[in-house]
Amino acid sequence: MKNSFEYAALAPIVVLLGAGVFSILIEAFVPRTSRRICQLFLVLGSLALSFGYVLINATKTLVGDPATNGGQTHGLRQFAVNGATVIDGAGLFLQGTLILIAFVAALLLAENQVDPQGDAFAARSSTLPGSEDERQFTAQGWTQTEIWPLYLFCVGGMVLFPVANDFLTMFVALEVFSLPLYLMAGMARRRRLLSQEAALKYFVLGAFSSAFFLFGSALIYAVTATMNFGQVSVALENAGQDTLVITGIGMIAIGLLFKVGAVPFHQWIPDVYQGSPTALTAFMGAATKVAAFAAMLRVFYVAFGGMRWDWRPMFWVVAILTMLIGSILAVTQTDIKRMLAFSSIAHAGFLLLGVIATSASGLSSSLLYLFAYGFTTIGSFAVVSLVRDAAGEATHLSQWAGLGKKSPVVATSFALFLLALAGIPLTSGFTGKFAIFTAAIGGGATPLVIVAVIASAIAAFFYARVIVLMFFTEPPVDGPNVVIPSWFTKIAIGVSVAVTLLIGVFPQPLIDLIVSSGIFAS
Amino acid sequence: MTAALIGLPLFGAATLLLGGRRTNAWGHFFAVAMSASSFFVGIFLFIQMLGRSGEERAVGQYLFDWISVGRFHVPFGLHIDQLSMVFVLLITGVGTLIHVYSIGYMEHDPNRRRFFAYLNLFVAAMLLLVLADNYLLLYVGWEGVGLASYLLISFYQHKPSAAAAGKKAFIVNRVGDVGLSIAVMLMFVTFGTVTFEGVAAGAPQAAPSHVTWIGLALLLAACGKSAQFPLQSWLLDAMEGPTPVSALIHAATMVTAGVYLITRAHAIFDLSSTARTAVVTIGAITLLLGAFIGTAKDDIKKGLAGSTMSQIGYMILAAGLGPAGYVFAIFHLLTHGLFKAGLFLGAGSVMHGMNDDVNMRHYGALRTAMKITYATFGLGYLAIIGVPPFSGFWSKDEIIHAAFGQNIYIGLATLLGAGVTAFYMTRMMAMTFFGEARWEKGIHPHESPATMTAPMLILALGSAFGGLLLVFVGDIEGWLEPIVGIGHSDHAVSNTILIPVTLLVVLVGAGYGWMTYGRRPVPVVAPENVSLLTRAARADAYGDALNEAVFMRPGQYLTRALVWFDSKAIDGTIGGLSAAIGGLSARGRKLQNGYARSYALTMLGGAVLIAFVLLLVRL
Repeated sequence: MKNSFEYAALAPIVVLLGAGVFSILIEAFVPRTSRRICQLFLVLGSLALSFGYVLINATKTLVGDPATNGGQTHGLRQFAVNGATVIDGAGLFLQGTLILIAFVAALLLAENQVDPQGDAFAARSSTLPGSEDERQFTAQGWTQTEIWPLYLFCVGGMVLFPVANDFLTMFVALEVFSLPLYLMAGMARRRRLLSQEAALKYFVLGAFSSAFFLFGSALIYAVTATMNFGQVSVALENAGQDTLVITGIGMIAIGLLFKVGAVPFHQWIPDVYQGSPTALTAFMGAATKVAAFAAMLRVFYVAFGGMRWDWRPMFWVVAILTMLIGSILAVTQTDIKRMLAFSSIAHAGFLLLGVIATSASGLSSSLLYLFAYGFTTIGSFAVVSLVRDAAGEATHLSQWAGLGKKSPVVATSFALFLLALAGIPLTSGFTGKFAIFTAAIGGGATPLVIVAVIASAIAAFFYARVIVLMFFTEPPVDGPNVVIPSWFTKIAIGVSVAVTLLIGVFPQPLIDLIVSSGIFAS
Repeated sequence: MTAALIGLPLFGAATLLLGGRRTNAWGHFFAVAMSASSFFVGIFLFIQMLGRSGEERAVGQYLFDWISVGRFHVPFGLHIDQLSMVFVLLITGVGTLIHVYSIGYMEHDPNRRRFFAYLNLFVAAMLLLVLADNYLLLYVGWEGVGLASYLLISFYQHKPSAAAAGKKAFIVNRVGDVGLSIAVMLMFVTFGTVTFEGVAAGAPQAAPSHVTWIGLALLLAACGKSAQFPLQSWLLDAMEGPTPVSALIHAATMVTAGVYLITRAHAIFDLSSTARTAVVTIGAITLLLGAFIGTAKDDIKKGLAGSTMSQIGYMILAAGLGPAGYVFAIFHLLTHGLFKAGLFLGAGSVMHGMNDDVNMRHYGALRTAMKITYATFGLGYLAIIGVPPFSGFWSKDEIIHAAFGQNIYIGLATLLGAGVTAFYMTRMMAMTFFGEARWEKGIHPHESPATMTAPMLILALGSAFGGLLLVFVGDIEGWLEPIVGIGHSDHAVSNTILIPVTLLVVLVGAGYGWMTYGRRPVPVVAPENVSLLTRAARADAYGDALNEAVFMRPGQYLTRALVWFDSKAIDGTIGGLSAAIGGLSARGRKLQNGYARSYALTMLGGAVLIAFVLLLVRL
């Protein structure tokens, strides 16, 4: 077998990882004062370049007929690096989604106007929280530009994740994007103990789940003698009934379910979402969800598609638990970030319906849902980062009372995001939910859809409660203020509002794009 | 050009409503100008149409795709043919006259601009109604005139009675509108289209029962808008609106929309004798009921409103006769539009001179004080009771004639109606213009200004000669024939017998009216010890009582029951559920204890669960 490396097909990933390396060099050689600006140029530039390569790959003429290519009408559809990765329409769409989300999230991470002390990250995370050192570094206005190389590696790993075509590549991608996240989660400027605790929990539990994933891969390899998804699928047609296979599937599922935050592997989510710097939470909430679901869809559509009758019941149980527990626990949350965290758990449950459907419409509706959900999530956390008092972000729900009177624009956009999360028509959330419920009914999962609708109804309560709080309650006397951010955050919120509305009102062009990307190549 | 007909008054309404107080000074003139330009556009189109031969006179104008969803396509298209043209001229012509009249009538009203904006809005909506080329667009115009009518009836918002009358008109009309919406839906289900053309083409192939149901639904719609039994009750209350409104909307144009609808949908009614019978029956009941109510009203406008109901009953009845009657329905609609508008404007002029008093028992001997009003009202009177050669004679006689051709009882009903009409109109004339003056203290009747009398004079000329012109110069039958078919059929009774008989009946009615109210003094206070029939007529034939007993009370009880059910059963369940979810949530939170070790344990438990489910499936 001749080794090959298709640079053109992998360019989006190569650009990002290469930029990550370059970013480290900036940290090493550029003077402290100009690092921020250099890093920003590098990050935004490499994201734009990477997106450009995705566009180029997506607009190439398709080799072969759409009928034999899973409905894909244009763009690359090829294996790369000896089958370790596969670039296909759906993979390209997911890569594009991830890069766009990463771009908007990078704008949020770059924000340094809302906190008088600097950006969202600790001046120096090596200092002890509350120590004299910390006070000094903060007073001197230090910032940690080291987050940018971490960020680039993280995004690079995520962009590899949806196109990984064997378990080993997938595991490497998983670790490449997870490790920087563990680190960045612990680097918040405010409430540092909470942040560090969150990072440690995230790391420990993440390692635990990675072990499951790796062990599962080993079991599958033991039976099929291959790591490649396509070959696994073929091999399982013969060896499918082996207990080792079933156990392997279960363990791989656990690894991925942890990443998407499905019950009962969800408990890290509220703690980590709350403890992390809010801009990073926005990125995590949106991008991790997209990447993890992208991988899960590929694994369970391609490698284990033939085994769906074995794993579907297990996913049914998990989906029901996830939707209900996510929605119900959100009801009594008093912290806005934790509430959004539980809402993200419930959304993971809705997205599982797309996995369970295992059909072309299941895939396309999941892609639509992920795109819509990603931007709504970024937007909502972006708004959270603006409501502040002297101690930092004011995340207790009671502090949000009367926000609509103080800052109608911000409150209205937050209300829009909440409505989208609740799935109210004319927002992107409704479009996504409608598509995914339809696909699930088409796949014979009507009882699941009924549970999903009930869970949506419960969820609507706590979304509506925040809206009522913001618009129909008198503001407290010494309540928090809405900080006027720099253009970075303004653009991020503006883009999120625009996407949320546009997909709600004119979803058709996006749906056409997704449908024309076809199903996964195998 | 066709679109300009609607566009001009719509632009007027928008300008006046959006322009606000800035347009106060010149707004009413602008509205008159818009209405008049629309009229001139109508004349222009009319002349163009005359230049073409019979079959080519209908012209469509496609504007844009209005709705296009799946199989459901509705164009925003206008369609102007001979039938629409008749309406366009009536609406814009009479409408412009009434705009002019309103300049004088509303001179001192602080909300004059709003009034003219609504009038323009009404004209635009009514034109859309008659120019639409499909039933759904017609529905838009239908609702538009309903809205304008509601706004104008309750124009004197400070009067609770006016506000209530507006609401009543709106709600009763809603009942009829349900009929129209059902008809449109049925049409789509049956024919797959809602255009006039498509429905007419599809009707012969459709199931007869569908056609009948569509016809009955359309009839319900017509009953609502045209104040036909059993939805007649709103029209009498609608007289709370300013008198020009009563003349324009509640006599000449809007209330005839039902007649237009039935004529326009003749393809449906031609195929269903059941629907036609229902139409004729409703028409006959209403024409007698309206006339009966008219005999006992002391309020001049309410008397005329009863008369309007009755005259529209004639038109509906004629439209229900099928091809034999459509032409005469439209013919009577036209002549009625002229003389009834004239009568209402006359009534408005009298009220203007009598300090807005509407009670005829306070009038009397006004013929000397208000000469022009007397003359124009008199011409209208002669026209409505059907004295030759005034306009009402030509149209009403043809309807009576055609009714006898259909059925002897229907014929007798129309004949009786003619007699009663003569009676109540004579009563009105006698109480208003003859006898001794019964004016209240401090009232000095005077003639109205020229802006008011000029339209009255024009309409009086129309009442006098409109019928002659339409029959001998306009050839109304030949004009409408391409649209609704041949007007004549075999008649049981010949006109040579019928005309003298009709005139005799009219003379008896008028004579009795004169004997009762012209020769004897009229008491200033309405006598109490009167017959049961008079009492019933005074109470609008108990229409409101009926509505109250049949619809309002049960409706109220139903609402109360639903409120009870909502607060006890539904709220109780939901409240209980939400409490349960809240409790569950509070308990579930305890699992989220913050220890990484317990999280890992949960994950391990989850792994066991997953393994268990996976293996369970395999067994």
